[in-house]
Amino acid sequence: MKDMSEGYTTADGRKIGGTMMEMKNITLRFGGVVAIKDISFDIREGEIRAIIGPNGAGKSSMLNVISGFYIPSEGEVWFHGSKRPQMKPYQVAQQGIARTFQNIALFKGMSTLDNMMTGRMTRMKSSMAQQAMWWGKAQKEESEHREAVEKIIDFLEIQAIRKTPVGRLPYGLQKRVELGRALAAEPKLLLLDEPMAGMNVEEKEDMSRFILDVNDEFGTTIALIEHDMGVVMDLSDRVVVMDYGKKIGDGTPDEVRNNQDVIDAYLGVSHD
Amino acid sequence: MAPEKTPAGELCSVPALLARNARVHGASTAYREKEFGIWQSWTWIAAAEEIRAMALGFLALGLERGDFVAIIGRNRPAHYWSMIAAQMCGAIPVPLYQDAAADEMAYVLEHCGARFVVCGDQEQVDKVLEVHDRAPAIEQVLYNDKRGLRKYDHTNLNWLHDIQAEGRAAHTRLETELDARIAELTYDHTCVMLYTSGTTGKPKGVVLSNRNIIETAKASSAFDHLTDKDEVLAYLPMAWVGDFIFSIGQAMWTGFCVNCPESAETMMTDLREIGPTYYFAPPRVFEGQLTNVMIRMEDAGRFKKRLFDHYMAVARRVGPDILDGKPVSGMDRFRYWLGDKFVYGPLKNTLGFSNVRVGYTAGEAIGPEIFDFYRSLGINLKQLYGQTEAGVFITQQPDGQVRSDTVGVPSPGVEVRIADNGEVFYRSPGVFVEYYKNPESTASTKDAEGWVATGDAGFFEEGTGHLRIIDRAKDVGKMADGSLFAPKYVENKLKFYPDILEAVVFGSGRDTCTAFINIDLTAVGNWAERNNIAYASYQELAGHPRVLDTIQSHIEEVNRSVAEDPMLSGCQVHRFLILHKELDADDGELTRTRKVRRNIIAEKFDDLINALYNGSETVFTETEVTYEDGRKGSIKATLTIRDAAVSEPQHKRMAAE
Repeated sequence: MKDMSEGYTTADGRKIGGTMMEMKNITLRFGGVVAIKDISFDIREGEIRAIIGPNGAGKSSMLNVISGFYIPSEGEVWFHGSKRPQMKPYQVAQQGIARTFQNIALFKGMSTLDNMMTGRMTRMKSSMAQQAMWWGKAQKEESEHREAVEKIIDFLEIQAIRKTPVGRLPYGLQKRVELGRALAAEPKLLLLDEPMAGMNVEEKEDMSRFILDVNDEFGTTIALIEHDMGVVMDLSDRVVVMDYGKKIGDGTPDEVRNNQDVIDAYLGVSHD
Repeated sequence: MAPEKTPAGELCSVPALLARNARVHGASTAYREKEFGIWQSWTWIAAAEEIRAMALGFLALGLERGDFVAIIGRNRPAHYWSMIAAQMCGAIPVPLYQDAAADEMAYVLEHCGARFVVCGDQEQVDKVLEVHDRAPAIEQVLYNDKRGLRKYDHTNLNWLHDIQAEGRAAHTRLETELDARIAELTYDHTCVMLYTSGTTGKPKGVVLSNRNIIETAKASSAFDHLTDKDEVLAYLPMAWVGDFIFSIGQAMWTGFCVNCPESAETMMTDLREIGPTYYFAPPRVFEGQLTNVMIRMEDAGRFKKRLFDHYMAVARRVGPDILDGKPVSGMDRFRYWLGDKFVYGPLKNTLGFSNVRVGYTAGEAIGPEIFDFYRSLGINLKQLYGQTEAGVFITQQPDGQVRSDTVGVPSPGVEVRIADNGEVFYRSPGVFVEYYKNPESTASTKDAEGWVATGDAGFFEEGTGHLRIIDRAKDVGKMADGSLFAPKYVENKLKFYPDILEAVVFGSGRDTCTAFINIDLTAVGNWAERNNIAYASYQELAGHPRVLDTIQSHIEEVNRSVAEDPMLSGCQVHRFLILHKELDADDGELTRTRKVRRNIIAEKFDDLINALYNGSETVFTETEVTYEDGRKGSIKATLTIRDAAVSEPQHKRMAAE
């Protein structure tokens, strides 16, 4: 593989920067089960990085390690050139990492707008008392946050459902709201756990466009897990392939597509 | 303040009116647009400055006198401004339908030879770039919404705001030139060119002069007492003449505020927030709103439903009379007042009609029930009859003389006459100059004395002097037995049922009439839900036997009412089918203003028409459909054909007795 430590240029001419996050020899155990076994890879500034693999390969576990929800049994996570100490998920969020979930995790009874405002939580400076009393810094702060959220509403074209409780929205739109909430945190690194799961073709096309636009407009680095191979190959700059907790491939979509181990993992191989 | 015929240099162009408004109404709000969840607003002074900067920017890019500037986008202040800025430079704005496919756009862009194109967003830019080789005159493309366009080649592509900044920077160099060009504009300069939607053949470019637009705006503003305190919501296509007259002509003349919605989907919310005083909508918008109200009332609790039914009955009985100022008993007035507190007021508020002083509907016939519903709530909804070629107004209904079956009396300054064959002709200061690059059509439409043929057949009602339109003159034909065939008359009766979205009646030169029906998915879908009818697609619902039953009963009811008309009793529908797809402008079946293109439909569904006449009970068909992005696909279906009972015409019954 070519040396890319100083960044590289993608096929469509986007400049990708240096290493943002590096996973060094990550192993994750749950009792006797080894979910992730000695995996290393990196995520670079400005790229769209996909993690793929068959069911149970450990993809979501890997995303949970990145987001700080799981603490790896062995190995180190390096972020912006320094080793990340053991952190609570909210501390990771404060570092500029936001995520969406495989099974939508929105507040169903709250409106789209309110859900997205919660994404600004880590950026609120006024105290809870001030916010509860609508007093002092809280007033000015809320209008600033509202403005930031409105820009994202505009970006995702969900103005019409601004005040609608998300529980009443169709699935595809809920996914979009969840993306909006993650974007509201203005993340440097955005983690998407199966953003297209359960969508029809049209919704997938919309979501793909939004993912590309997020990357393009805000320069957000994106790491995503996805099952739909067509989507993965079209969207991502580089792909990590996992199988049974091990890394079996890493490279550009073309490299991965022609990797014999990957083909075997996906199509099955006879053992005689 | 009112200008005489042609006062040189004074108020004889839109830019001149803008300058007047900035002077007279300077601090009041000229434009509002909802963006980022908030209504952003511009005063007349601020708007004038923005427009001027844009015009200077156009000059810097080399816009010449007489150039055409195409504008493609949804209703946004910057798009309106770009039209006025183009006029300031002596150029001619040509607004296009934003939902047109690239192919349709190519024809218009090529025909007018636009040098500059102002696009709303990436979608429109893509379409323009796609057809660039077919419209080689295009030199500069400008866009309003930056999103997604960062990586495009910007050699001849500019952000509208950058152009404004450039214009501001270069103002000392270009100001003299701009002022000279504004001062040159006269009443006879072209104000705008609008393409007709074209129910037949290619669209035609209607050239409207400043005289046409300003005289029309002046007369119509006076007719409805519009003032600078009025508010309108600009949401209808910018390429449509009505929007140009309301949002530019009348807004500039009276100085009222033009409000632009946030997006097409939020239109209803925005309407409610703004509460316009002057409102315009085609019948289908009113129909859609009424259908929504009725669907929601079906789902309401028993008490609310009874309250609604009771007071709506009161409103239907006395509401229109109260609106027209006719005598109504004190008790009824009290009941109506109560109803207003409990039902009408909140309902109008929900619909966004609380402040509507004047509302218009036009373009198609409106169902009497729909019309009466709004009138009975106390909304002053009226009808007008117009054309692009007339600068909209031909006839309109004065306050107090409003009925659903006429289109009113000739507008101020308009003369109307009916030719021997029944066709309506008119002459007015609003009559267009010519069809661009099409002298034959100009000559066949407008005669030397300025009389314009509408292509519609109609007559003046005796006693009231109101005009009634029967149908397109060329659609009115004869059936095999020589009786009159007026398809629109029957179609309109059918379309008044909420279940029926569109109907197309055939029968010219035949023994009997037959019809294609399009169901309204909102209304029929809701009905299906309440009756536990499962369906997976539009096609499946359209083919459901119980839906066919319902439509059949509607058709038979219409047949009974058609039979009562001695002239048109031959137009009863004998057989019908429900189409497996919605008629769509993308497939060329409707115009962009949603008018039925009869010939194209007849050609395309030739097999279905044959089946309607050869007595078969089902027919298999395969239809090509075009998706929004221009890709093509096909749908297959087996359609059921039903017979509908026809009634014995009343006059024949009487003759037999």
